[in-house]
Amino acid sequence: MSDWISHPENIVFVILAVVMVGAGFRSVTSRNVVHAVLFLVVALAGSAALFLLLGAEFVAWTVVLVYIGAVIVLFLFGIMITRAPLGMETQLSHSNQTKIGAAIVAGALFALISVAALQGFGDTEFVASPTRTDDLGLSIFQRFVIPFEVVSVVLLAALIGGIVLARRDPESTEELPAPQPTGVATTPSTNIAATAGRSAEGGDT
Amino acid sequence: MNFWLLLLIKVGLVLGVMLPGALVIIFGELKISAHMQSRIGPYFAGGRFGWAQPLADGLKFMQKEDLVPADADDRVYKLAPYVVLMGTLALFVVLPFGPETVARDLDLGIFYVLAVSSLSTLGVLMAGWSSANKYSLIGGLRAAAQLIAYELPLVLAVIGVAIMAGSLSLNDIVTAQANWQWFDTLPTWVNIIPPYMILQAVGLVIFLTASLAELSRIPFDMPIAESELTMGYLTEYSGLRFTMFFLGEYAGMVAMAAVAATLFLGGYWLPFVSDDVLNFVGPVVLLTKVMLIAFVFIWLRWTFPRLREDQLQTIAWKWLIPAGLANIVLTGFFKVVF
Repeated sequence: MSDWISHPENIVFVILAVVMVGAGFRSVTSRNVVHAVLFLVVALAGSAALFLLLGAEFVAWTVVLVYIGAVIVLFLFGIMITRAPLGMETQLSHSNQTKIGAAIVAGALFALISVAALQGFGDTEFVASPTRTDDLGLSIFQRFVIPFEVVSVVLLAALIGGIVLARRDPESTEELPAPQPTGVATTPSTNIAATAGRSAEGGDT
Repeated sequence: MNFWLLLLIKVGLVLGVMLPGALVIIFGELKISAHMQSRIGPYFAGGRFGWAQPLADGLKFMQKEDLVPADADDRVYKLAPYVVLMGTLALFVVLPFGPETVARDLDLGIFYVLAVSSLSTLGVLMAGWSSANKYSLIGGLRAAAQLIAYELPLVLAVIGVAIMAGSLSLNDIVTAQANWQWFDTLPTWVNIIPPYMILQAVGLVIFLTASLAELSRIPFDMPIAESELTMGYLTEYSGLRFTMFFLGEYAGMVAMAAVAATLFLGGYWLPFVSDDVLNFVGPVVLLTKVMLIAFVFIWLRWTFPRLREDQLQTIAWKWLIPAGLANIVLTGFFKVVF
């Protein structure tokens, strides 16, 4: 134990782990949606820091750029464009059944990942040396070029799917019933408008 | 030298460059805008030319009461300015001021710049939401939509430079520009032209436009549009926290201009000067280029009217991004052919 504690990386790791677990816990228990997202930011920043600790600089800054810079911003954007309650959320359903179910799923996932990691690596000594970006680029575009291209095609398919779902063709609008009630919105764009209208009526400030 | 001592010196130097730089640009904005409108601008503060006006303004802001609206989300509201400023300040870590004068020459340089500068968006959204004010919320939303849209052209513009230099490290990019040779048939004085300013001219224009939008400056200031949103996400802020946002905007100008100067104008590099001399002259050269770009920013601000939201999105998605993609294809093509 004393040997373990003498490595400064381990102390940094423990601090990061405590902060991440705390932030993750708060992000699922917080009664305010925006607070939950902000705690998620802390947890994600912690995971970026873990990657830095392992010398995986590129992955670390990708986490910052993609998750904190884009995904979280889109989360917040989505919450704020629909309804952004200040203070405690009262409409969240925290029934015991869902809590227990969520806890079981989370525990099972944790067990699965830790077993897989321990089986895979065991006591292997890990040398944390920074990965050079050109090495990373070469291995992606030489050895792993086919999986890389497959992933990009999958992403393209997701992109096109998103456009198809969100898009409303001019002729299809005529088929919709003319006096459209706000509650029965069929397309995402009207959905957003409807929820935004509702939050404005409710007066959330 | 001791690690912590060195860290302290570096942090001190960054603040020592960033804060006076921001003050100089604020003063420049006051004076240049005045002269563009046939006014004199600040005249009395400090004796000559009103040079102490930005300092006086800053001191005045700091003395104001730090108000927090009763309905506001206290902690998020107070944290937001720090998050915005952090994204800007962290950027200075990789900026080379000379061949060896750099806080940390990361292998990933420019990628790191793009990653940390995206943190500011988060702070803006936090500020807009936590103020408990409709104007702030709409301002925050507009800012987020704008920053997301203009981050893409910013990245695309950078890729052209990265392809040409063959590296992501900012120091290597400067070295690549310094070692660039134009054709032998041309006279040697041609080598004083920063190569990427000509060869990546498309990238430079895209980068400057996108960074104006990232900084939410006129003509891209929909998020704070005074005539419709009071002051957007800044509406409720006062005192020291407002000063931080205000300073953050101008520090952001220094930072973005410094990145643009490094990528496209050769950074600290000066033609026909050896590396030993550049270690001392480099910071001055870089700051001169920064001030030139900042002048262009100010010039544009007092020349163009504000864009409408749809025009703003059209410019990003229909003009800048396709132009950026075409620039990458062309750059890649010529890199392979020559």
